[in-house]
Amino acid sequence: MSFALVDGNNFYVSCERVFNPRLEGVPIVVLSNNDGCVVARSAEVKALGVKMGTPWFQLKDLATRHGILALSSNYTLYADMSNRMMGILGTYSPQQEVYSIDECFLGLEGFRPEDLADMGQRMRQRVRQWVGIPVCVGIAPTKTLSKLANHCAKKGLAGTEGVCDFGAITPGDMSGLLDRIEVGEVWGVGRRLSEQLNGMGITTVRELRDADAALIRREFSVVLERTVRELRGVSCLALEEVAPNKQQIMASRSFGEYVYALDDLAEAVSTYIARAAEKLRRQRSLANAVQVYIRTNPFSEKQPQYQRGITVPLTQATSDTMRLTRAALWGLKRIYRLGFAYQKAGVMLMDLHSEDQAQGVLFAGSAPARPLLMNVIDRANARWGRGTLRLAAEGVRKPWQMKRERVSPAYTTKWDELPRVN
Amino acid sequence: MDTRKKQTHGGARPGSGRPKGEPSKVIRLPVSLVPTVQTLLAAQDNPLGVLSPRPHAPALKLPMFGHKVRAGFPSPADDYVEAWLDLNEHLIEHKDATFFVQATGDSMTGAGIQEGNLLVVDRALEARHGDIVIAVIDGDLTVKRLEKRRGKIRLVAENPDYPPIEFKEGQELTIWGVVTSVIQRIKR
Repeated sequence: MSFALVDGNNFYVSCERVFNPRLEGVPIVVLSNNDGCVVARSAEVKALGVKMGTPWFQLKDLATRHGILALSSNYTLYADMSNRMMGILGTYSPQQEVYSIDECFLGLEGFRPEDLADMGQRMRQRVRQWVGIPVCVGIAPTKTLSKLANHCAKKGLAGTEGVCDFGAITPGDMSGLLDRIEVGEVWGVGRRLSEQLNGMGITTVRELRDADAALIRREFSVVLERTVRELRGVSCLALEEVAPNKQQIMASRSFGEYVYALDDLAEAVSTYIARAAEKLRRQRSLANAVQVYIRTNPFSEKQPQYQRGITVPLTQATSDTMRLTRAALWGLKRIYRLGFAYQKAGVMLMDLHSEDQAQGVLFAGSAPARPLLMNVIDRANARWGRGTLRLAAEGVRKPWQMKRERVSPAYTTKWDELPRVN
Repeated sequence: MDTRKKQTHGGARPGSGRPKGEPSKVIRLPVSLVPTVQTLLAAQDNPLGVLSPRPHAPALKLPMFGHKVRAGFPSPADDYVEAWLDLNEHLIEHKDATFFVQATGDSMTGAGIQEGNLLVVDRALEARHGDIVIAVIDGDLTVKRLEKRRGKIRLVAENPDYPPIEFKEGQELTIWGVVTSVIQRIKR
């Protein structure tokens, strides 16, 4: 069996360009929530050497000089385009693992090896025409190699027109190719790991592939040993077609403006809890603990700095928004200090387990859970939009809400924001 | 045999009568309120208890056999429901490749496209001569009729006030999608 890894080129930027063709050829960055850092770059911006995660304010000069355009992230649009892309790719194989918003693995079983590259071209052509997103395809006998093949296709190191099939490369050429790729490009080898590998004299992918597997296991981990085997063409990682339930659920945002008062922080924390609790109920889990944290702006060195988090255990696991909110606000009061300019707050629901494994409470007296009420809230919000039914604790004015000043319309999901043609 | 006819005349009506064992009370209503109250009662098994149309239902299923059915009781008409009609199914062939856009201006009035109409655009279709297409002109999306004749390509408006747009050899035309339906509301 072979695997294909298909991913969208500069996915967020490509989504924006589908509906606003004027952006074609223009250097564009998409900014994170709150217009903070760069989360996506067009090819033109990559060519200028702008790195992922650069704060936008540091780019202002470069942006003026080169006419770089910044957009707020429009996740509503990206998610819809992603669903469409995954739907199209899913018709090519019964086995699909959606790995992230812009990439998926496909299991290619029962196809003739010599047909795979053509099939890759057909996928690429179809996604481009049907949804307007350019994609690259990497094909190989293991997931790790298919990721690498995709990298080669994208950088033009091997393959043709955005499709690279490692199966079509001779072993000799393969070694030469892997010798030209840095070890840090391997799936699962991060910056720290590649520094350690460099220290052992392993700098290229070929050197990692040919390293002593037992030594790698001893010095690092079973996980990296598995990577070595995958690089040799031995498939160790299977497709995960059903996304596993999350072990913890986070909700955090930086604020649109600094927040000083406990009341405002409490509103934000309540809002994040509501969001996280909804996700918790959707995966039919209960949380045993709630973590809350707040912090000032670490980039603003002149201001006094403070950051603190607290974990609040619950007497009984719950998915009830009111009980989770009460716990979170109790925690917030304990970590809040007057006199700081807070820039961010977050909550995390922890120690999750499935609804049907709920444990009874030994000492009675805790408030009853309200599954029916929660069900009503979730359904009303699904029908009439997020926040239609909410706790008063979330506030009304929400001065801390995030800034998205340059966001494009929800072209595909709102009747009054459809693209206009004349 | 026409069982329907037999059922609609006389006999016990399923769903009629009051629940056994519970005392009842007569109330007076203005005639105009009767349908509202009936709808409320009919929807009582709706756990939300809230009545409002969903503004953008993903799939609107209308029964082909439109008999009014009291919730919770078997209807004699159930056996006659043969299919459900879904407007999406009628209008959309390639779900993942279909987008809605809104028409502005009057350049296509001759083709029945009015200002504000909703256009269903299928990007999976190959644009052919005579199709109404969405094309990219100077970075804008525009709706025009595509003409391909003797190697010459033109985008033609369906309104004499607008001249056709000609494409010369080597000039690139980007087709964004093919319009498959025009949706026009005639009553607000």
